[in-house]
Amino acid sequence: MLKTYTYPRFEVKPAPEIASGRTLKVPVVVVGAGPVGLGMALDLQLQGLPVLVLDDDDSVSIGSRGVCYAKRALEVLDRYGIGKQVCEKGVSWNVGRTFFREQEVYNFNLVPEADHHRPGMVNLQQYYLEEYLVTKAQQTPNIELRWKNKVVSVTHGDATVTLRVETPDGIYSVETDWLIVADGARSPIRHMMGLEIEGKIFKDRFLIADVVMKADFPAERWFWFDPPFHPNQSVLLHKQADQVFRIDFQLGWDADPDEEKKPEKVIPRIKAMLGAFDGRDREFELEWVSVYTFQCRRMGSFRHGRVLFVGDAAHQVSPFGARGANSGLQDADNLGWKLKLVMAGKSPSTLLDSYSEERVFAADENLLNSTRSTDFITPKSKASKAFRNAVLGLARDHAFARALVNSGRLSVPAFLTTSSHNTPDSEPFAGRMVPGAPMDDAPVIERDPKGKTSGWLLDKVGNQFVALYFTNDPATLDAATIDALSNLSWGGIPVQPLLVSPKPGTAIGGIPTIEDMKGIVAQRYDARPGTVYLLRPDQHVAARWRRLDAAKVQAAVAKASGNA
Amino acid sequence: MALTLTPNFNEVGKTYFNAYSPGDDFYELLINTHRDLSDEQSEQVNARLILILANHIGDIATLRDALQLAREGV
Ligand SMILES: Cc1cc2nc3c(=O)[nH]c(=O)nc-3n(C[C@H](O)[C@H](O)[C@H](O)COP(=O)(O)OP(=O)(O)OC[C@H]3O[C@@H](n4cnc5c(N)ncnc54)[C@H](O)[C@@H]3O)c2cc1C
Repeated sequence: MLKTYTYPRFEVKPAPEIASGRTLKVPVVVVGAGPVGLGMALDLQLQGLPVLVLDDDDSVSIGSRGVCYAKRALEVLDRYGIGKQVCEKGVSWNVGRTFFREQEVYNFNLVPEADHHRPGMVNLQQYYLEEYLVTKAQQTPNIELRWKNKVVSVTHGDATVTLRVETPDGIYSVETDWLIVADGARSPIRHMMGLEIEGKIFKDRFLIADVVMKADFPAERWFWFDPPFHPNQSVLLHKQADQVFRIDFQLGWDADPDEEKKPEKVIPRIKAMLGAFDGRDREFELEWVSVYTFQCRRMGSFRHGRVLFVGDAAHQVSPFGARGANSGLQDADNLGWKLKLVMAGKSPSTLLDSYSEERVFAADENLLNSTRSTDFITPKSKASKAFRNAVLGLARDHAFARALVNSGRLSVPAFLTTSSHNTPDSEPFAGRMVPGAPMDDAPVIERDPKGKTSGWLLDKVGNQFVALYFTNDPATLDAATIDALSNLSWGGIPVQPLLVSPKPGTAIGGIPTIEDMKGIVAQRYDARPGTVYLLRPDQHVAARWRRLDAAKVQAAVAKASGNA
Repeated sequence: MALTLTPNFNEVGKTYFNAYSPGDDFYELLINTHRDLSDEQSEQVNARLILILANHIGDIATLRDALQLAREGV
């Protein structure tokens, strides 16, 4: 029990298959109800698939783990229906202070870019995120959650995968067409299948302390390099919900975890830290303490036949930059629609290889960024320490050096520019929205017979292919254009047309219009009248053109769906 | 030539989606250049690097400013 949070206990029901002795047959099983497995289940049900989720526990994540959820993950959570809840409970911070030894080297104010729905990040204890995901899944008839159901063996056949599941009431078998493995960093299933995960063990230990602050304390992120109260190591402090602050002390590889965890050791250290900034004595209560080690590694492929690996089971990074759950949710985002197309017989199963291709690319980028942060924070040689300290010394006065200070680069989504499923540009476009880009958000107004609602571009797209068509005035579209837009679907894969216009206009031929009232959609997408964007169900750009050619759009749909 | 003290790293032909990427690219190259060297070897690499870059810049007034700045506060 924590002082600020009570862990929910989810109801454990005996599996009917134990009494009947029958093998349960389902199309998809997700193993693991962490943030990624739960996100995966919600994504699949949005695709209209029934999902069985098995988890060996009956509660949420215990103790202090994930803290920081970044913009793209929040946008994915919006699609799953809990983005608002996470943002409202989570805390935003804008001011970050960086200290080197005794001194504050510089501070920054991350004023969020205007005209995006979600901020760069919010901080929230992982158990809240999981609780919201579970509640959402429980409200969804297509998702069955089975708690205290532990997968103990996996048999990969030609046409199905068979699991043995151990429960408090006995053992039963499940046969499934597709298995999604979200069983975390240790991944028992990866071991059962004899699969490798390669990378670096990161020889360091971190003490994590959650404290409840008794008095007001600024919602800021503080990062120390080599502070007097913890020499030669780094320390990070940031705020979570409920007046709980999270403090990470780097301990080094040789530290004794049991010794370091003792309150008589931890409390004076925290006192010294809280006072170091302005000499004030601050009262706090210790909520949680643990010691962690980290790895930087990934599996060679995230797909093995009918088994797909997502989240920590597939890849793990150091915590600098908060890429674990954030990138895992983007795995789910990438996989859901692809599995649906394959299961519906609309795409060949090789489309699932593109899940691995694209998310391996993203994992490598995450590994690169977190390794770079790690190398900056913990220099491995005298020379790299000299450079690190030189950067920090110059950062006080010089912008170029501030840009090199790397105390963790905030998780951002990968631009899947190398994906073989993009259709390359054939005309020049400016800006970031290249094929493979995760979509930029923008404010919009939607009008329908019921009236007008202001909202966000990202809420208008997703879960299916969408073709955005930019026009100055929906009323002026000719019949041929309307006809072409109404017939973009290909091979049984629907493509929803959506007009984007600065002018309000009524829907024509049943094509909905979103109003780009500030012109920000057109600006961010470098669009002119006649510009077309094909968007994937996971809100990534698949292709774009300066003028509409239905055959080209259909060819791009075929390519994005693995059919060409 | 005035000394450039704002972020200035970039690579021709590369598109950056994050402002920190070019600086981090450079920093990684720098640290990797020192990988597996002894402290004495690293010192030699640094000395050579300064000489090579100084010659590349060439302009002595700029170098004078840079040298002075580097010495301040150490
Ligand atoms: C100190 C720390 C700080 C972090 N900070 C951040 C952060 O700021 N932002 C961020 O995005 N990430 C962060 N992370 C990472 C984040 O916690 C993980 O990436 C995330 O939990 C991974 O989610 P997952 O669903 O893949 O795996 P997990 O959360 O590990 O879930 C796996 C689930 O599978 C279940 N399971 C395991 N084996 C079986 C089995 N045989 N049968 C049935 N069920 C099984 C487990 O009970 C568990 O519920 C942090 C991690 C740590 C440790």
